[in-house]
Amino acid sequence: MSVDVRIPTILRSYTGGEKTVTGTGDTLADLLADLDTRHPGLRARLVTEEGALHRFVNVYINDEDVRFLGALEAKLSPGDTVTILPAVAGG
Amino acid sequence: MLRIDREILDAIVAHARRDHPDEACGVVAGPAGSDTPTRLIPMENAERSPTFYRFDSMEQLRVWRELDERDEEPIVIYHSHTATEARPSRTDINLASEPGAHYLLVSTRDPEVTEVRSFRIVDGTVTEEPVEVLGAPDGTAVQSYKFGHTPTMVDYECRA
Repeated sequence: MSVDVRIPTILRSYTGGEKTVTGTGDTLADLLADLDTRHPGLRARLVTEEGALHRFVNVYINDEDVRFLGALEAKLSPGDTVTILPAVAGG
Repeated sequence: MLRIDREILDAIVAHARRDHPDEACGVVAGPAGSDTPTRLIPMENAERSPTFYRFDSMEQLRVWRELDERDEEPIVIYHSHTATEARPSRTDINLASEPGAHYLLVSTRDPEVTEVRSFRIVDGTVTEEPVEVLGAPDGTAVQSYKFGHTPTMVDYECRA
């Protein structure tokens, strides 16, 4: 199944400048692994070495923040749109 | 150089003063590629903290989608420092994620004088830039702004 993924400006260096890419996976973790095969390095910007979602990256499935959907274990359905946005934050 | 309407800058400073002692934050959007900030969008500081800010994630999604639909981009990302100078902190630099934006900082540590400074933050490198305020003071200014750059570059400074 195929899912559209919206890529923020700062990560478009991994997608050849593309604003939207397509991937597959039953969960967000699967999708990110699939994307990394075509866009190497992208996953490492989103997932820590310990295998958790980076604290300052927001990932949404359709209109929901994945933090409320099980984070990397969040389930995906065909036709979903995943949006990645770096958190705007600071001290 | 950041060029910004006085009305927008006044509204940003008013937001920072209103939320003091917590940090205030927001965006000024403008047409993509224009480098012209035209539409002020004050954002919720989800942290409600005097030392930290973070856009609420759901509000950010809504606003960023709207920018896309209107073919706009975040030209200015602003936040306040409520006890320190208007200069990016280590955290600000580490988390900066919009290399095309002007990072505008407002310090509200002094109740009388507001410091306003603007920076580019790209790959961990910070470059301060002058701020040019557009629109002549109308003579009834209620705010005094202190800009960070050299005196010869001060474009606007007005005492109450």
